[in-house]
Amino acid sequence: MTGDLRDGRIVIVGASLAGLRAAETLREEGFTGSLTVVGDEPYPPYDRPPLSKQVLLGQVAADTTGLPMRRNPDAEWRLGVRASGLDGIGKRVMLADGESLPFDRLLIATGTRARPWPNPDEAALDGVFTLRTRDDAAGLAERLAAGPQRVLVIGGGFTGSEIASACRERGIEVTLAERGPAPLVGALGGTLSKLAAAMHRNHGVDLRCGVTVTALRGDSGGRFTGAELSDGSRVEADVCVVALGAVRNVEWLAEAGLAAGPRGVTCDAGCRAFDMYGIVTDDVFVAGDVSRFPHPLFDYQLLSLEHWGNAVAQAEVAAHNMVNRGPLRRPHLALPTFWSTQFGLNIKSVGVPTFSDHVAIAQGSLEERRLAMVYGYRGRVTAAVTVDMAKSLEYYRHLIETAAPFPPAPGAADRPMAAEIPVPSDVPDPKGLSHGPTVALTGHLPDRRLTVIQPSG
Amino acid sequence: MRIVVDLTRCQGYAQCVFLAPKVFQLHGEEGLLYSPAVPDDQLERVREATAACPVQAILLGEEVSPDDR
Ligand SMILES: Cc1cc2nc3c(=O)[nH]c(=O)nc-3n(C[C@H](O)[C@H](O)[C@H](O)COP(=O)(O)OP(=O)(O)OC[C@H]3O[C@@H](n4cnc5c(N)ncnc54)[C@H](O)[C@@H]3O)c2cc1C
Ligand code: SF4
Repeated sequence: MTGDLRDGRIVIVGASLAGLRAAETLREEGFTGSLTVVGDEPYPPYDRPPLSKQVLLGQVAADTTGLPMRRNPDAEWRLGVRASGLDGIGKRVMLADGESLPFDRLLIATGTRARPWPNPDEAALDGVFTLRTRDDAAGLAERLAAGPQRVLVIGGGFTGSEIASACRERGIEVTLAERGPAPLVGALGGTLSKLAAAMHRNHGVDLRCGVTVTALRGDSGGRFTGAELSDGSRVEADVCVVALGAVRNVEWLAEAGLAAGPRGVTCDAGCRAFDMYGIVTDDVFVAGDVSRFPHPLFDYQLLSLEHWGNAVAQAEVAAHNMVNRGPLRRPHLALPTFWSTQFGLNIKSVGVPTFSDHVAIAQGSLEERRLAMVYGYRGRVTAAVTVDMAKSLEYYRHLIETAAPFPPAPGAADRPMAAEIPVPSDVPDPKGLSHGPTVALTGHLPDRRLTVIQPSG
Repeated sequence: MRIVVDLTRCQGYAQCVFLAPKVFQLHGEEGLLYSPAVPDDQLERVREATAACPVQAILLGEEVSPDDR
């Protein structure tokens, strides 16, 4: 039975991190059939995280972040051509150049793109950027190297904060406008967002929170000159970076009959896509930023992540399941893990910080700018964030995987705890949750890992 | 040759910074920044760093070249 799964035709759409790692894993798992990878960017797979860090700092050119291969996946690369549609019954991917590719199994790995500024005329002004691709980064890095008077960053998420940080490090004046009360609040909650705001201000960022940018302005030559804010003020700047988050690349699937929408393509824990009726398919798989998948540790809520580590882990599981059947298939149970470097701080997170009602500082302190913050939800540990304490993260990962009680017992960490009373985590409440049994992960090898249900009470 | 560091796994042990300082640098206390394109004269050092990383977070390899399959 498995013999035929190791043969046949596999098409991967999306030639980036998830697409490449899936292609390599297919070969590692013994797939000997034909493999085609379709990507609309003209470049072979490259790494994006350096684009907002080393590249904007001027240390590394935007065209040098090509991803190394683990092994040559012996694939046919169809680069610079967009997949325009999917015929799930005829099992073909339609390409924008008119061709179509027949497949036996398909992997959707089309990721996300930068959310554009809503007004297209304003977005087209010279000097207005978004940051997702290598070309975006090359253009923005060139402007920063030319020494602009001021850069306006719209949006205080991770990308916006990293851009502001890079500008300040290069001595460029920056204004960052964020609608929320502080940068990173949506991702990390109230307490750490206050640390983030302090870091911006200490490094000389003109931080404007609780405001929206209402209009971008340009001169008669179409060059960006500044922006109007909702508080009536105006920012004069010659470069603007719109960092309003990401949009999932699902439009090409509009007619495919899959459960694809603005939050991604929904799949099961084995990375198999659901169709629009919620019935799982067995020949269409999903991995990376475009996916939306249930995670047992978070009440089986569907997670949509934009994390490098998730793209790799999920691509490996998807590829494994594309060439294995039934009980040999593996669930994608990796804990979400994320990092960001900004203002000289190394911020790392494990678990889902927004899936929390309380937080407690378990090690270090806000004053030291070195700490481990633990997030709890209904009495168990669901996430942890470290600032310049990366070595502690493994320990908290273990607490999350074993559904350890929150707040963690004093002394549970490998060093004395700076005991702190838990305070509300101050993130939007996880919606639609009900009391239920607690789920933990068991097993040590990723492919043996299972879930166990511990009855509540 | 290209490198990528799995920074979800990297714990800032800085062995790589010590072994190949032209390629790996610490930014602040433990944030790692590196040059993905490895110059030929750094290749040996990067190989050593890759082997020495206690969490095996560094991957060294060729980029995809779409024409040779
Ligand atoms: C500036 C920046 C900084 C980042 N920093 C971090 C960080 O510090 N830490 C972290 O964990 N993560 C970070 N990330 C996120 C990380 O890069 C992503 O999680 C990762 O790239 C996801 O990989 P992917 O392959 O799923 O999707 P993507 O990398 O988005 O790739 C999808 C590919 O599919 C292509 N495509 C889309 N539609 C089609 C179509 N119809 N036909 C053909 N091809 C198509 C796209 O053009 C793209 O090349 C950062 C991202 C950016 C942009
Ligand atoms: S040696 Fe490994 S863990 Fe240490 S800083 Fe380098 S990549 Fe990170």
